[in-house]
Amino acid sequence: MSNREMAETRSAGESPLLAVEGLHTWFELRQWGFLRVGSVRAVDGVDFALERGEAVAFVGESGCGKSSLARTLLGLHRPTRGEVRFGGRSLGALKGRELKAYRAEVGYVQQDPYGALPPFLDVGRILAEPLIIHGVKARAERERRIRAALEEVRLSPAEEYLSKFPHMLSGGQQQRVVIARALILAPSLVIADEPVSMLDASVRVEILELLWRIQQERELTLAFITHDLSTVRHYAERIFVMYAGRVVESASVDDLLDHPQHPYTQALLAALADPDAANATRLREVPAGEPPSLLHPPAACRFHPRCPHFMAGLCDRDDPPDFEPRHGHRSACWLHR
Amino acid sequence: MMGGRWREGLGELRRYPSALVGMAIIAALVGLSLYTVIAIPYSEALAQWRGGEVWQRHPVNAGPVWLDRLTGGEAPRTRTVSSEAAEVESRAFEGGRRLRIPLAFDFDAGGFPSEMNLFLRAEGHDQRPFVRLVWQTPDGREIALGGHRLGERERIALSQDRALERRLGGLVPHIGLLADPRREEEPQVLPGRYTLLLDAVVFDAEASLTADLVLYGQVHGLAGTDHQRRDLSLALMWGTPVALAFGLLAAVGTTITTLVIAAVGVWYRGWVDAAIQRLTEVNMILPMLPILVMVGTLYSTSIWLMLGVVVVLGIFSAGIKMYRAMLLPIREAPYIEAAQAYGAGNGRIVLRYLIPRILPVLIPTFVTLIPTFVFLEASLAVLGLGDPLLPTWGKVLNDAQQQSALYNGYYYWVVSPAVLLMLTGLGFAMLGFALDRVFNPRLRSL
Repeated sequence: MSNREMAETRSAGESPLLAVEGLHTWFELRQWGFLRVGSVRAVDGVDFALERGEAVAFVGESGCGKSSLARTLLGLHRPTRGEVRFGGRSLGALKGRELKAYRAEVGYVQQDPYGALPPFLDVGRILAEPLIIHGVKARAERERRIRAALEEVRLSPAEEYLSKFPHMLSGGQQQRVVIARALILAPSLVIADEPVSMLDASVRVEILELLWRIQQERELTLAFITHDLSTVRHYAERIFVMYAGRVVESASVDDLLDHPQHPYTQALLAALADPDAANATRLREVPAGEPPSLLHPPAACRFHPRCPHFMAGLCDRDDPPDFEPRHGHRSACWLHR
Repeated sequence: MMGGRWREGLGELRRYPSALVGMAIIAALVGLSLYTVIAIPYSEALAQWRGGEVWQRHPVNAGPVWLDRLTGGEAPRTRTVSSEAAEVESRAFEGGRRLRIPLAFDFDAGGFPSEMNLFLRAEGHDQRPFVRLVWQTPDGREIALGGHRLGERERIALSQDRALERRLGGLVPHIGLLADPRREEEPQVLPGRYTLLLDAVVFDAEASLTADLVLYGQVHGLAGTDHQRRDLSLALMWGTPVALAFGLLAAVGTTITTLVIAAVGVWYRGWVDAAIQRLTEVNMILPMLPILVMVGTLYSTSIWLMLGVVVVLGIFSAGIKMYRAMLLPIREAPYIEAAQAYGAGNGRIVLRYLIPRILPVLIPTFVTLIPTFVFLEASLAVLGLGDPLLPTWGKVLNDAQQQSALYNGYYYWVVSPAVLLMLTGLGFAMLGFALDRVFNPRLRSL
């Protein structure tokens, strides 16, 4: 079954696993510890919903707010405004034990596998930590689950890895341990923040395969955060394109990659490396300028200073709403007006 | 679990000879401490160190035996001539007995004793016995030392007999009685058999009379004695466990609390961190030694109070700044974020994720910190703020200083505690520097 078919056959009546409404995550800048001098608007008005068992990707260049969004979803940052609802409950209202239970429901795969593993603990202990924290007291039970997790990420025989320290493992093996740790509490949502960007090209595909297979087997909801559009097609059903703290375009993978609607997405796709000899002599058109400052973002459409289709008096005056130029394909651009 | 890395590190220590020497020194000090604590119980040590009668058969300011060995001399050791070994002649008369007790001994040492005392015990007498003393020299001279009416326990200080000193031509009795009369300028020992004859009249048929003639040595024991006749080895031995305990407790108390406080500040940031930092800055400009002097003068110089003050003042020390600087980058490590994401609480993150990361760097610092507190205790004692009861190395140095030991030529009094202090410093420093190289491989030279 292709990704698109899967997305379409999913039952529409079920409530989404994760619903995000008007989410803002701003970081206050202070002077002398108390004077507020401004805010970094890392996430600035994001809406989306993730269905159970769905794999989605958030793409965008560095500094577009993808990682801040991930951390807000993980409950590591408090949203400034807006709401994250998980299984119908608001994340902002969770405290103490409920928040802890939420943390068991959401797994986190980080970018830099070496930094993500405490260097002074061995693999067995690293994987035991979440279990201990979540009250799995019986040692035998813990060991069983640790072994199962290691087998699931294809680190077998598990015994060989239990007593190894992170520095004894290769980058790919480390990332597998990170994935095992994210899965060991049997979460229903896994957020993977650029899970392969720090790895060798040779192991990237293996890790992506692994994540994809686990997502299929466990029927996980998987949120990829990546800046690499070239691999997205194979591992995600839907894509959200982010720019300056906002989602500018969202659609199913094939639709978005084949028919990009937003000028930013078009530019992003145009910049993709294409193994074609002709490229050596051809200069590509890439929008000029730099990603906008999140401290003082451009008014209205955030992309207007770089946009080739800039319409004065409109793009810099009014925020573009989400248009739906194609079925199930949203794009926040005045061009679709 | 965590053992692997530590075992690895400790195994690697074997490759550093300095670590082995350091560990051997520390082991020796610990062994000496254990032996001391077992052999001389705490209360006994305190009682003995208070001084007094227990030490009356020890010489004053005698050097250690090894010093005599080093100089190849034959300085006399302390010896006791007891009446129990003597052949007592007894003649009864009506209402009593007449006893002749010859205390005979051979004397051929290279020098004179430092003092001479006669201890007499006459127990169970209704009427006090009377004794007349005669000194017989190897060349046949007889010197009358006068008569004494005896109490139950009598100490006849022969050395302090001024009249006798005049009769001996101005030589103190413990020299004059043993000197060769033919030599005028520098008195020399006349070797041979001497006898102190006790001619006693006892008014009792049964009651005993015993006598001990003590010829105090110029050298005594392993460490010598001080001005109160106390054996310095007691203080040197008991000083070891006290110094190690003080150093270790102070180092543990300051390092661990400092580390935890620094980690808490780094983790919570905001006003917690600011409060800790300001408190540290204020504390850093407080002078530790004057405060200790003040506490010692106004309140008590008990070593445990001093330890408490040292630890309290040491908690908010420059170490907080150092640990904070080390912890700040670790706080931002992805694994901390991951731990938060899987639900680790604040306490767990501070104790299990932040602190263990810098422990390897800390352990060498900790080991080298121990002797600095040992030295601090000694410095306090030298300043007169030593524990009033406990014998410590610093107290020995303090006594030596007060008695002008170096001016009077009692080098051993200063040297022995100083050597022990240096050995302690050396042992911990050698181990600490080697540990530093094991746990912080960047320090190794290529």
